[in-house]
Amino acid sequence: MHDFTWLLILFRIVGVLVGVSAAIFVCWLLAGRKFPQHLTSAVFGWLLLIVLWGVGGYALTTRYALGLGAVTNLSDQFPWGIWKALVLCGISFAAGGFLTACMVYIFRIRTFYPILRPVVLAAYLGYMLSASGSLLVDLGRYHQIWRPIFFWQHHSVLFEVSWCVMLYTGVLTVEFAPILLDKLGWHKLAHVVHSITVPFVICGVVLSTLHQSSLGSLFLIVPNKLLPLWYTPQLPILFFISALASGFAMAIFVSALAFWTFRRPLEPRVLTALAKGMTPVLLVYLFLRVVDLTARNAWRYIFENPLQGASFTVEMVLLTAPLFVVLRTRWSGRRRWAFAAAIPVIVGVILNRLNVAWIGLLPATGADYVPSWIETVVTLNLVSVGVVIFGLAARYLPLFEHATPGEHAEVPAHVPA
Amino acid sequence: MISRRRFLQASATGALTVLGARGVFAKTKADPADAAAVLVDLTRCIGCRACENACRVRAGFPGLPTAPIGYGAGDGQLTFRTRTFIDFRNGNSKQHQPVKRQCMHCLEPACVSVCPVAALEKTATGPVVYHENVCIGCRYCILACPFGVAKYEWDNALMPRVGKCDFCADRQAEGRPPACVAACPTGTLKFGTRGVLLQEARARMSAQPNRYVAIYGDEVVGGTSWIYLSATPPEELGFPKGLPPGALPQLTWKAIAKLPFVVIGVGLLLSLVVRWRTRSGHA
Repeated sequence: MHDFTWLLILFRIVGVLVGVSAAIFVCWLLAGRKFPQHLTSAVFGWLLLIVLWGVGGYALTTRYALGLGAVTNLSDQFPWGIWKALVLCGISFAAGGFLTACMVYIFRIRTFYPILRPVVLAAYLGYMLSASGSLLVDLGRYHQIWRPIFFWQHHSVLFEVSWCVMLYTGVLTVEFAPILLDKLGWHKLAHVVHSITVPFVICGVVLSTLHQSSLGSLFLIVPNKLLPLWYTPQLPILFFISALASGFAMAIFVSALAFWTFRRPLEPRVLTALAKGMTPVLLVYLFLRVVDLTARNAWRYIFENPLQGASFTVEMVLLTAPLFVVLRTRWSGRRRWAFAAAIPVIVGVILNRLNVAWIGLLPATGADYVPSWIETVVTLNLVSVGVVIFGLAARYLPLFEHATPGEHAEVPAHVPA
Repeated sequence: MISRRRFLQASATGALTVLGARGVFAKTKADPADAAAVLVDLTRCIGCRACENACRVRAGFPGLPTAPIGYGAGDGQLTFRTRTFIDFRNGNSKQHQPVKRQCMHCLEPACVSVCPVAALEKTATGPVVYHENVCIGCRYCILACPFGVAKYEWDNALMPRVGKCDFCADRQAEGRPPACVAACPTGTLKFGTRGVLLQEARARMSAQPNRYVAIYGDEVVGGTSWIYLSATPPEELGFPKGLPPGALPQLTWKAIAKLPFVVIGVGLLLSLVVRWRTRSGHA
């Protein structure tokens, strides 16, 4: 064992160097292929990313060299940790993709056409990084991640989820491809892809309905381990509806942030329309949640488990608060308030996923799991990769092409009915 | 239009496949009464750990350390290497009750139902076995096991395995009893078929109602292949609380079985919306 120490050190050094140089490279690209001349606030962003990816290089190489036991706080008592939770959180966050595509291509609501590209891209990155990326570090045999393609076990929710996510990533590729093809100048191919978009969007909505709800079904098998504040036979339905709410919120968040950051004009009614769409979904979700908790007489667990009770309360407050913002007519017309209503919904749904996959499992399993620093750093790295790729795409791809005032109202004529 | 029709056809085919596949499962499942089982009469156990030692040796790990009399302590819990052990615990204040722990070999195992690649298999003869070459290391089985039996080889960086009792499926195939049963000197463990052993458990209980309190494994999570006869209520012996009497995979199957209808329903609905929005001149 001792003889391999130097090899491990070498491996880690390579990891850090790769991380740092990749960070410098993408910062250079993000800054418009130049290095900063003056000490601006952007430089601190550079340094933050370089440190994060450098430490990430160390963390990843250590994980692959030493295995899960050495770098994570996972145990036989608590086999699923923050990386699995990231899959749930990332996929619920990415729900905005199928929702916006559905509103634009199926319901043909023109208002949302300008935000289609940035939101679909964010969803794409959410799936790639939270699902594939997270699983590539989390799976004990990450090199066999492709196995569910050939080894079928249709009684397994995880099998179904992995197939849905694989297929839906393909759908997102088709939805996203025109942006890339336009950039490359392959307009004929872009036209062909455009012409098959509607059936693909239908497939995408079906697949999303399936796997968003199935992420809740994953936990149906542990009735004795998940606290009744969250365990209910209705988990799949609740997961789907909260994913819808999260999807609206994510569409607001991503488009507002993207358009503001890159100083593009965005009509205020896009955001307020999304916030208004989010309201009934949240109301239905909260209604079902309250009815379900009351019917199962589960409210008492708030007081029996202090940590879980607090976490549950915060979750419910976060999901209720936006209603007060949106339902006040004086506020609801303003896009800043739409943005303010979206943040607690995103955080609330993420907290819900963390509660189901982590906090709510602690009392019955007797585990005291808290992610190790390597687990945390890798999680932050995966998120940062998504943010960086989004920034690069916003800089180098025609992401806001349909957002120019006057033009955006037109859904292209060649989209078939 | 063609692509939409083709899409609907495809989803209908998918739905039929999922619905049809359940029948395949039902056909291959043998009658659980004929499957291999072990009756554990806890009142006969003296806690000698001979089963624990035999299991370690058979699984290819070093045996238990020897003490002046008998065996010394092992891991004291199920681990990747310890697929069975004697759990010394005070069943009640008066009595010191050793309890043998190992995979219960559920009739409808949660671990088998959750595995996305079928690395775990409930064989027709009874044992729940693990195919390590298929495993992707998602550890869903460890989360799902209601008895906390499946354990992971956390320190293996490249090819970590799940470790659990496999009921000595290889020995059973040769017509021999599991290593632990063969090693038991007191007759605590009795190997046989589930139907016969369950009858025997009930017979022993009715013959000596003052000696026995409960049978465990006949009903819990749909029944297990390992059946315990105990002088103490099972919940006082560290068996998990709050488990439903029905099989756990049924909880999940209720949700999965609805998915074909979701596919058809959502697909049809969206197609109708596309049609409606096109007709009303939004194209």
